[in-house]
Amino acid sequence: MRRSGKRVIPGFGLSMGVTLTMVSLIVVIPLASLVVFTAKLSPAEIWATITRERVLASFKVSFLTAFIASLINAVMGVILAWVLVRYDFPLKRLLDGLIELPFAMPTAVAGIALTSLTSDKGLIGQLFARIGVKIAYTRIGITVALVFIGIPFVVRAVQPVLEKLDPTYEEAAGSMGASRARIFRSVILPEILPATMTGFGLAFGRCLGEYGSVVFIAGNKPFETEITPLIIMSELQEYDYASASAIALVILAAAFLILFFVNLIQARNSKILGR
Amino acid sequence: MKKTDTGITKWLLIGISFLFIFVMLVLPLFTVITEAFRNGWAAYQEAVTDEYTVKATLLTLEATFFAVLFNTIFGLFAAWAVTKFRFRGKKILTTLIDIPVTVSPIIAGLIFVLTFGRQSAIYPILQKMDIDIVFAVPGIVLATIFVTFPFISRELIPVLEAQGTDEEEAAALMGEKWSGIFRKITFPHIKWAFLYGIVLCTARAMGEFGAVSVLSGHLRGKTNTLPLHVEILFNEFKYVPAFAVSSILVLIAIVILVIRSMIEYIGKRNGEDVR
Amino acid sequence: MNKFVRSALAAAVAGVTLLTGCASGAGSDSASNDSGSEKVTITNVSYDPTRELYAAYNEIFAKHWKELKGQDVEVTQSHGGSGKQALEVANGLEADVVTLALEYDVNAVRDAGLIEDGWVDEFDKDSSPYTSTIVFLVRKGNPKNIHDWDDIVKEGVGVITPNPKTSGGARWNYLAAWAFAEKQFGNDEEQVKDFMKKLFANVLVLDSGARGSTTTFVENGQGDVLLAWENEAYLSIQDHPDEYEIITPSISILAQPSVAIVDSVVDKRGTREVATEYLNYLYSDEAQRLAGQNYYRPSNPDILNEFSDTFDLHLSLVTIDDFGGWDAAQEKHFADGGVFDQIYEQQ
Repeated sequence: MRRSGKRVIPGFGLSMGVTLTMVSLIVVIPLASLVVFTAKLSPAEIWATITRERVLASFKVSFLTAFIASLINAVMGVILAWVLVRYDFPLKRLLDGLIELPFAMPTAVAGIALTSLTSDKGLIGQLFARIGVKIAYTRIGITVALVFIGIPFVVRAVQPVLEKLDPTYEEAAGSMGASRARIFRSVILPEILPATMTGFGLAFGRCLGEYGSVVFIAGNKPFETEITPLIIMSELQEYDYASASAIALVILAAAFLILFFVNLIQARNSKILGR
Repeated sequence: MKKTDTGITKWLLIGISFLFIFVMLVLPLFTVITEAFRNGWAAYQEAVTDEYTVKATLLTLEATFFAVLFNTIFGLFAAWAVTKFRFRGKKILTTLIDIPVTVSPIIAGLIFVLTFGRQSAIYPILQKMDIDIVFAVPGIVLATIFVTFPFISRELIPVLEAQGTDEEEAAALMGEKWSGIFRKITFPHIKWAFLYGIVLCTARAMGEFGAVSVLSGHLRGKTNTLPLHVEILFNEFKYVPAFAVSSILVLIAIVILVIRSMIEYIGKRNGEDVR
Repeated sequence: MNKFVRSALAAAVAGVTLLTGCASGAGSDSASNDSGSEKVTITNVSYDPTRELYAAYNEIFAKHWKELKGQDVEVTQSHGGSGKQALEVANGLEADVVTLALEYDVNAVRDAGLIEDGWVDEFDKDSSPYTSTIVFLVRKGNPKNIHDWDDIVKEGVGVITPNPKTSGGARWNYLAAWAFAEKQFGNDEEQVKDFMKKLFANVLVLDSGARGSTTTFVENGQGDVLLAWENEAYLSIQDHPDEYEIITPSISILAQPSVAIVDSVVDKRGTREVATEYLNYLYSDEAQRLAGQNYYRPSNPDILNEFSDTFDLHLSLVTIDDFGGWDAAQEKHFADGGVFDQIYEQQ
């Protein structure tokens, strides 16, 4: 697998140097201070902090809603990317252009707008209230806000890959009599899966930490709809940096593991495909 | 571009996409706009031409500019380093690059406060050099860079990964220099992904709320960005002006997206493989 | 290894300097202010709903200072959640004065070593130039017939209040309810806790801040009663005069927003004189009336009486001292594992 030590393409030193400097400047050094502050607690204290009932309940809420929301976004993201790359239809540009909006809207504004839409007095909430489903102030509401936040990730990760994908493979498979579902599964899916996973991982991580939009729609009731970032915020309000950092580290570690896993899959996938 | 699907599947997928985008994006957007104009045009005008709104807009544009500039430079170097070379710890590096997206905005702000604020070891040095970072513009720029850190590199990496290194290696063996390889071979491949990245980064940088909120100090007319100004108006019981100011952000976002569409259109007209 | 760390640090400092250099055009002006100069700038770090009050007050103070010293003064305002604002001052936000929602938050700045001990006695009335209290905001016509605290623990009443863990202001709501229950049940703490448990069982939405709660109640139509600061309740009435009314309970708590000079900042910037006068002048008749017009209760009893049409002055008010001061109240009720946590954990 490993090639000879000498690298053929030039520019390794410069690009690595710049990359590492910037990564340490923006990411590693600031994050290290989080570890430093957590280290003010003993391991036993850290453990006690992150296993408090209320904190555990919030982990459950946060992970569950973030997972479901990212799953929805993964499916919808692939469909959207597919539609945008492969089809021509009216208003396509508009649809394409809207994808980034969740980023540009301040999260708090998004939260307030979504809450007013989905509360039982709101436009959408009314419809669901009739069949007895409450959206705002429940975990469903949190999931809705997180779906909103995560929309661009999968779409924009999959789209460029789909664009690069050569349709002749599919045509070849098609002419050999493969069904469309089969073509999708065996030709297209393997190509876009790594990008989908990347988008999913990013969206999941982002959702885990999301605060601004969720606090408005969540209802924030302990044990039911209280998310972990809110707990972190309340620790900060109590000037308890160490506890806040400890809980934040758990979320951070989870995000790191997920992303690491995703990157692993992506790397392995490119190997299998012989790239 | 060849169409691989016809009939029902195509329109079903397009229908799902439109429904999803309509419910999840257009309706919240619509809510923002209707709320913004609830008290009429004059009230809207007054809110958006307010002295502090104008100052906040300028600051937002400034922070966005620096963040995009920084991340563009970083994104190009990082994508090159990660995809064109094999080295130990690559997965850790790519994960580190991704991490900022998944860090809760509150924590993102917090880590910079911990690193550069009064409790940090380098605070006295900064004081002596008369450098304000936290609760001043540089802190806002730093936070913005942090939250948008992976956006450009993340767009480039999958495309470069899919493209492989053969062409570059061939060129290098023929004695082409680093800059030449990049300009003639690599860049044409990543042009559009690069554009996506910049758009994504710009949109996200403008809308960032949580991290900037922790670092800004909310000094009116000095360190308030647009999303913070929205928050402040909201907290001051100025519900309608808050939405009016949000609509500025939405407007800028739409302008950027239109510009992107135009660039793509021109590229397409010149016969390039855009979509 | 050491070399690596050192070079990384050097790179960090270089990068930061670069950034600062790039961005300092619009950066904060760190101009020093000796009182002889033409114009003096001070920063007032305050909490959320005081903006209108201080926007008006800064004008009359500028006039006053000009008359007194012949010098122009410009006040930069910062507003946000009270606890968060305190935290930012403690972390280096250069505030000459803080005007926060509660003593506890000012104490946090003191604990960071920025404010000297004994600040509470520096100005009159425990350094609270204006006060407020907790009232109920109900929908017009009071359909659920809510008049006092025991009405809001009844079954079927939906209560909206911010989370005491994240909102400094919400701690007053909680303590006001506690005070009522304590009076009702004497010193039987189990019954008091039971009352609180019932109350929070009725809470539909626990927003992170007071403003979020108001939106939930007013814009999104949730719940039957909003526990709110008096001045904020009046602001809601002002916006929607025909939809809501204010109910004053039989007993509530005297919410005392606190003001203080940030000693280390004024000493560094040479602004002690103007900062002191800025807070002192809050007690002038003119400023007290301004507070009344903004629905804060003036601490000067004569001026308060001028506003007897607005405020219910017969309400019985407990103070934070009845809870043994903020540190004790914080420790018992709102700290991790405190009574508030227990209320939810046992449900």
